[in-house]
Amino acid sequence: MTLEQGIFILASLLMLGSALAMVTARSMFVAALWMIGTFAGVAVLFILLNAGFLGIVQILIYIGAIAVLILFAIMLTPDVMGLKPGPRYTGQWPLAAVMASTLAAVIVLLLVRAGNDWHIADAAPNVTDFAVQLGEAFMTTYLLPFEVASGVLLVALIGALVIVRDE
Amino acid sequence: MSSIPLNWYLIVAALLFCIGLFGALSRRSAIGILMGIELMLNAVNINLVAFWRYVEVDGLAGQMFAIVVITVAAAEAAVALALVRALYRSRDTVTVEEIDLLKW
Amino acid sequence: MQQLDRLFILIGDWFHSLLAQWLPEPVVSAIGMLLSALIIMTIAAVTMLYMTYLERKVVARIQDRIGPNRVGPFGLLQPLADGIKMFTKEMIVPTQAHKVVYNIAPVLAVTPAMMAFAVIPFGRDMVASDLDIGLLYLIAVSSVTEIAIVMGGWASRNKYSLLGGMRAAAQMLSYEIPMVLVLLSLVLMVGSLRLSDFVDVQTVPFILLQPFAFIVFLISAAAEVARSPFDIPEAESELIAGYHTEYGGMRFALFQMAEFVAALGMACIMVTLFLGGWRSWIIPLPSWLWFVIKTFILINVWFWFRGTFPRLRIDQLQALAWKFLVPASLLHAIMTAVLVTFFPLVKDGQLVVQGAEWLTTTVVYFVANVVLLFVLMLLYRPYVRRTVRQLRVATPAAAARQQEVQAA
Repeated sequence: MTLEQGIFILASLLMLGSALAMVTARSMFVAALWMIGTFAGVAVLFILLNAGFLGIVQILIYIGAIAVLILFAIMLTPDVMGLKPGPRYTGQWPLAAVMASTLAAVIVLLLVRAGNDWHIADAAPNVTDFAVQLGEAFMTTYLLPFEVASGVLLVALIGALVIVRDE
Repeated sequence: MSSIPLNWYLIVAALLFCIGLFGALSRRSAIGILMGIELMLNAVNINLVAFWRYVEVDGLAGQMFAIVVITVAAAEAAVALALVRALYRSRDTVTVEEIDLLKW
Repeated sequence: MQQLDRLFILIGDWFHSLLAQWLPEPVVSAIGMLLSALIIMTIAAVTMLYMTYLERKVVARIQDRIGPNRVGPFGLLQPLADGIKMFTKEMIVPTQAHKVVYNIAPVLAVTPAMMAFAVIPFGRDMVASDLDIGLLYLIAVSSVTEIAIVMGGWASRNKYSLLGGMRAAAQMLSYEIPMVLVLLSLVLMVGSLRLSDFVDVQTVPFILLQPFAFIVFLISAAAEVARSPFDIPEAESELIAGYHTEYGGMRFALFQMAEFVAALGMACIMVTLFLGGWRSWIIPLPSWLWFVIKTFILINVWFWFRGTFPRLRIDQLQALAWKFLVPASLLHAIMTAVLVTFFPLVKDGQLVVQGAEWLTTTVVYFVANVVLLFVLMLLYRPYVRRTVRQLRVATPAAAARQQEVQAA
């Protein structure tokens, strides 16, 4: 087992373990903290995949913004302290569990059977300065997605403001 | 060549997706559902970046796609939390089972 | 001189070759990395200890007091005494607290503050890890601290702590935006996210080229690390001590340390981005010494802030961020984009401004910044006046005075 594989296994365990803890946590606040653990694991995976830029962006946006936002929202709901949590799940949770585990079983089975039968490009990425590359691509080839994404952000910003505004 | 097979990433991402799916389908709190959805989006991102790294490494489409997904996730979180906040103010609950105004 | 400049690098090389006699290369470089991380962290911690001393001294002088002077000469051993006191205190966990989260929070607060030092160039060729996305890394790392603070506030199960945590989250989220926008204009000028590139470009420090950006960054950075006048998350007079009300002993010390180390880190970042990093000004001293001097100056500026400005209210704080700093920094970024097209500093990774051209470039950028500030002041004048008028009426004393005037 190489060092890379070791890191991968550790990060995956951290990620999947915190994801499981997240969906089973009783208190919403603790669940959100576990979610942060999952995000951190995903960031490590990105860095392992030579996408360091995305890894940092993952930390910046998911942990620094989305997770804080969610923590903040939890603090604005009843039972902030999580002292008397009600039931965690709706009545349909067994069904959901069966569905999710079936789906997981099917996908994993398929992937295992497919083995390494992918058209794998046997090369490491030949660019090193991803920030510059991505920036240029956003201004040329991928201008439309970039503009659409910024439009979505703007609309979401205004929409969120309108929704929470006091009458 | 990386020493980790592509399969490993895909399997891990699939598991993460299914955990997120379970969270989104079963949680009582609306915020819990939102968190489940965020996990699913993350799983998708892992897949996108993994395929970019192993199959289509010359372009940047995979990373691009992941960045757009992250953007959309951020927008979604903002709007969803605004909705939760508004719901809590008008209905005094964030439990999805009690938000049944349209269920007659 | 050159030997002195490269002092630490020479020591490092000597140590490296010493170890290489007995150990294989990968192990040696691993040990080297660990050691440099350890040294940087130790230096940060020790500096933090003496920052507390310095802060107390400076603020005491501002308030016409003497400050700590009992322990050791000039009270120099005071921080150590405080440290020992913190170490030996009983560790109390509130019975209602969420134990795990309560215990993790202080550690999680210190870690990102320390991590920021990994990418800062302390001197010529003295940077632990010269990431090509160093600036982004810094922003990402500094945004993790707020989670620790929210965790601490929530896990204490105390209303004041919770309020402090929420305020901290709100404050840091809002001030990150102007900070990043100002950084955007700097990145436009340099065309890179690597911190050593920033130092290379600054023949003239950016504080002269972009004074407005520096002011906005100084304010946002103070808010980001919750220095006064933005120490609202821990306002003693309203929240007892905010998120660390329920913390004592070593855990409290860790929170305190996180705060000071983050402030130190911010000062280092500002030195790198605006004051030309390790570049020497006029007097040729070793590069790392210049870095230390500049950092020291900036830290003192923050101490003066603390001694001078009264604390803002939470709504004033948010108003400052969203109504002034965000639009202002956005305008500034647009202005910089226009300036960069006509007066570029860097083209294709090469510095294009040479010699006397620096004078014109600096003047153009400086004037543009001042004009922007002037325009903004004009735009905000009615708003400021209205707010001031409201504040005047709001205090009982002022209302009474007004009534007197009317009666007369």
